[in-house]
Amino acid sequence: MITQLVYGLAGIVLFLLGVWSFLVHDPLLRKLIALNIMGAGVFHILMAVAYRGLDAPPDPIPHALVLTGIVVAVSATALALTLGQRLERRDD
Amino acid sequence: MRTRNALIIIALALIGAALAWAFLDAVAGQTDARLADLALERVPESGVSNPVTSVLLNYRAYDTLLELAVLLASILGIWSTGPALPGFLPAGPVLSGLVASVVPLLVLTAGYMLWVGGHAPGGAFQAGALLGAAGVVLRLAGEPRAGLPPLPWLRLAIMLGVLTFTMTALVLMAVGAGFLTFPLAVAKWLILFVEAAATLAIGATLAAAYLAGEPLAVPTASDRHGGIGH
Repeated sequence: MITQLVYGLAGIVLFLLGVWSFLVHDPLLRKLIALNIMGAGVFHILMAVAYRGLDAPPDPIPHALVLTGIVVAVSATALALTLGQRLERRDD
Repeated sequence: MRTRNALIIIALALIGAALAWAFLDAVAGQTDARLADLALERVPESGVSNPVTSVLLNYRAYDTLLELAVLLASILGIWSTGPALPGFLPAGPVLSGLVASVVPLLVLTAGYMLWVGGHAPGGAFQAGALLGAAGVVLRLAGEPRAGLPPLPWLRLAIMLGVLTFTMTALVLMAVGAGFLTFPLAVAKWLILFVEAAATLAIGATLAAAYLAGEPLAVPTASDRHGGIGH
């Protein structure tokens, strides 16, 4: 129970740090990293919600959602990085 | 600037408090039946014994199909921004030697991950991520195309996941089982078939995304003299 709470609350803290960084810093790359940290926080929270004690298997649905989310986050990040890079090249 | 930051901190504290309350309520406050019980109870009917794979490829197969479509959309977006960046300089002997032994291991592990996903943690996404990592490692070691096949084959590879998934669903519909409803007798093999295609598609997509543009069929002059690295 304590582990679950620590993990979930740490996820919330990560999410808030990500939002903070996203709002405060101007460079696109930093915003992108901030978005990914927000995503990591959300995954933490989902993992914590899925935990059902040591003697029960975890809830598979949040696990599947996280797995889906990771892949979507990676591909969206790749697209955003490419777009950012093209923008930078245009500025030169 | 100061007031703005102070306002952001106050807003974040309020959001954090609301999220913490929602989280505590979700883990401690709810004692009714959870969706997990229903999901775990039906695992024997899904064709695989790993509950997460059951959710991904059977109960929520629609979700996974659309997720593969998201991957396809992102790589098409990357390709539409222009040609791929020139690769890095060829690696020195130590890195090349390391890459030569790591890449086959990654491919082997990806195959294992794909198979083990039916009954233990693993599956198409983990396997695809390993294949993608193999491509990234190759690219870092100076292989400009990250080990990807020529463009026509690459085009096929990135759409393989969506294509196989949709075709399987349509065939199932044609034989009367329903869109993405796997009959139990063949569910395991259909899931493995779809997952194998998805693995190749995810691996090719992730590796291709790392090129940051469309790999050209024939390298142009500017490509060859495009400078060292990025």
